[in-house]
Amino acid sequence: MTLSADAQAPDSGAEQGMTIVARTQAQMVRRRFFRHRAALAGMIVFGLVLVLAFTSVGFAGIPGWWDQSYITTGALVNQGKPTLSLAPFTIGEHPFGQDDIGVDYFAKTMRGAQQSLIVAFLVGIVATVVGAVVGAVAGYYRGRVEAVLMRVTDVMITIPVLVIAAVLGRRFGDAGVVPLGIVLGLTIWPTMARLLRGEFLSLREKEFVEAARAIGTPARRIIFRHILPNTIGVIVVSATLATANAVLLESALSFLGLGVQAPDTSLGQLIQEYRTAFSTRPWLFWWPGIFIIAIALSINFIGDGLRDAFDPRQTRVRA
Amino acid sequence: MIVFIARRLVISFFVLLAATFIIFVLTAFAGDPLEDLRQDNSPQKLTKIAERSERMQLDVPVVLRYLGWLGRIVRGDLGVNRDGQAIAPILSDALSATLQLVLAATVLAITVGIVIGIISALRQYSGFDYTVTFAAFICFSLPLFWVAVMLKQYVAIEFNNWLKDPVIPPVVIGALALLGGLVFGALTVGDRRRRLVAFAVGLVVSGTLFTVLSVTRWFADPGLGTPLILAFGLATAVGFTALTAGLQYRGPLYATLAAAVIGAVCSQVLGPVLADPTWLEIGGLLLLTIAVCLGLGYALGGLQRRQAMTAATLTGVFTGAMVFLDRMLQAFSAYSASVRHRPVSTIGARTPNYQGDFWQTGLDSAGHLLLPTMALILISLATYTRFSRASMLEVMNQDYVRTARAKGLPERTVVLKHAFRNGLIPVTTMMAFDLAGVIGGAVVTENVFGWRGMGFMFTKGLQEVDPGPVMAFFLVTGTTVVVFNMIADILYAYLDPRIRLS
Repeated sequence: MTLSADAQAPDSGAEQGMTIVARTQAQMVRRRFFRHRAALAGMIVFGLVLVLAFTSVGFAGIPGWWDQSYITTGALVNQGKPTLSLAPFTIGEHPFGQDDIGVDYFAKTMRGAQQSLIVAFLVGIVATVVGAVVGAVAGYYRGRVEAVLMRVTDVMITIPVLVIAAVLGRRFGDAGVVPLGIVLGLTIWPTMARLLRGEFLSLREKEFVEAARAIGTPARRIIFRHILPNTIGVIVVSATLATANAVLLESALSFLGLGVQAPDTSLGQLIQEYRTAFSTRPWLFWWPGIFIIAIALSINFIGDGLRDAFDPRQTRVRA
Repeated sequence: MIVFIARRLVISFFVLLAATFIIFVLTAFAGDPLEDLRQDNSPQKLTKIAERSERMQLDVPVVLRYLGWLGRIVRGDLGVNRDGQAIAPILSDALSATLQLVLAATVLAITVGIVIGIISALRQYSGFDYTVTFAAFICFSLPLFWVAVMLKQYVAIEFNNWLKDPVIPPVVIGALALLGGLVFGALTVGDRRRRLVAFAVGLVVSGTLFTVLSVTRWFADPGLGTPLILAFGLATAVGFTALTAGLQYRGPLYATLAAAVIGAVCSQVLGPVLADPTWLEIGGLLLLTIAVCLGLGYALGGLQRRQAMTAATLTGVFTGAMVFLDRMLQAFSAYSASVRHRPVSTIGARTPNYQGDFWQTGLDSAGHLLLPTMALILISLATYTRFSRASMLEVMNQDYVRTARAKGLPERTVVLKHAFRNGLIPVTTMMAFDLAGVIGGAVVTENVFGWRGMGFMFTKGLQEVDPGPVMAFFLVTGTTVVVFNMIADILYAYLDPRIRLS
């Protein structure tokens, strides 16, 4: 729309004191996203948590800047209470306190956050890829292929996510976070598949697809080069929301003892480990909880901002 | 329509069958069912292993074991768990506890969520709308188990302590009054002056209310009493009439007011019946109420007969609920004393070996249900609120709503008749999805609150790699989800004429 206005009357706009700038789809989306204040705040918080979790205690053999380890025990300082204080601001030796055997709890929480984030990202990626492919193929080919794929999706939806995730978590929980993330991703793809199938069903009837088919474009190319880019909004938004759900799902499983297993740790596993310590050492309970909420909330806000940016119909234009 | 339902039934059956197969196989491969025995050092170790392998048919391939399980299920036999106990009695115990939890949470979430969602859609971009949206996002991001443990600490333990001497501190009264004022103000549309007036009214009303509650120590021995029941009943009568028929018509108003008055009178007259009723009697009273109110609406409704019948029934049921609540609250102090003044419980579904009359056992269940339901409801509440808000907004922007306004219909008719009904259609599909979530949530909640319900049976069975209990759990929950999905589909087709008539 902006393009045509720009092409038709380049001077008259300038004469009236209005300049019309041509923007690409990506630029418009970016502009709308950055105008969404909650989404921007979510993005900043999420970025901070990400940087904090991965640089502080180090990752994959690279040492971090935090001098305490999440494994070795130390002498209890101040009965293990958090030394973090805001006024006067001081971090102290153990900002998040220590657990019952003197392990620095900041390091432990950071390690847990790392593991939870890895699981969440893997779940998001696996669920998106599987769901997108299933939905795309079902929506494009229709007929028998669609019937079979959608029945499989129905079967998956019949099983409550937590139930199948728990069953798989029991088997893969102690194998480490990577296998756990992948199998959990295999449990939550149906939502994405259903959404994308709907998109494909309507897009495959559009003229540009007919044109592509008329010049003999192979089906695979139509699916992945012609239609899929048009569904990028739906994909990005539901991938974000799937990641937010994955954080909660992983922590719930670990809390039930069916996800990440000790000695490895995750935010849910930390809460599970110290749930009985709530009355004596509440901070062991607070910190991982706050991090779960911060991660899930910021990702949810990013998702909301992306939805508004890709599909502004529901939102009133902000003055 | 019948063909549609029949096809849906057949598909649902096969979907469920496939799902049971997946769960069975995955559970069987979830770990080593003999793990605990392998670490056993007693001399009977080998016999125990042999016995359990025999009982669980560990030497038979998984697919054959599944077929065997399926064959027994068809004959109505749930089998035994790995220790040889029959599963059927365990299941029936667990079922009622979990059903209570899931049902209470679902019903509450649906009603409250839809109401909040619609109000926030009608007041789009108001302070209320922003607050609700933000709260919904928080709810989406809260880990259920974390909330549950928090509730246990702050609501159960500290609230129980407070109930011993229920005086609300002035600071809290101030905060609650401020909150009431803000809610009133945010819900009002209009210029700044109107909103300020609404804020002041809300402030004064809620401030007075909580001061009175505190001074009279209402929480120690709560109750409503007939005058309050009458007052609430009359208020709802006016409210429901305004919603369904409009206050300018006399007929419906008289019908609802009569329903409220009769309800209040019954709270006095029915004393002997209500002293220690059974659920059957309560159900009978409910049916009687509905019948009487329908009659009232029919007799007094005049030209607005249909609206009058609806409004009178709603008023009557609501007043009845107030009478029920009043009786329940009157039993509170006796109940509280019998459980050592700790009415909000944190463990289990009922106090072991508790004996009491209808109201006391009712309170006992309510006290045990309170916290798990509060925890469980959060996510569904957020889902329903967001979903009904979006759906309502979409409908309100449709052309036919504009047409309805343009031809001069009152806003009430536009919202309730034209928008509300169509806005609710997509919400039916939500119910089926949400139910699966609530069941998953129940597994977590039962774990935190120590309910020995289905969730406990599931996690224990899974930890022990014992397909029997896991499958019993899944058979119930999976069937529930499938049935709800089917009902949602049929309801959707029924409610949406575009599908029904195609």
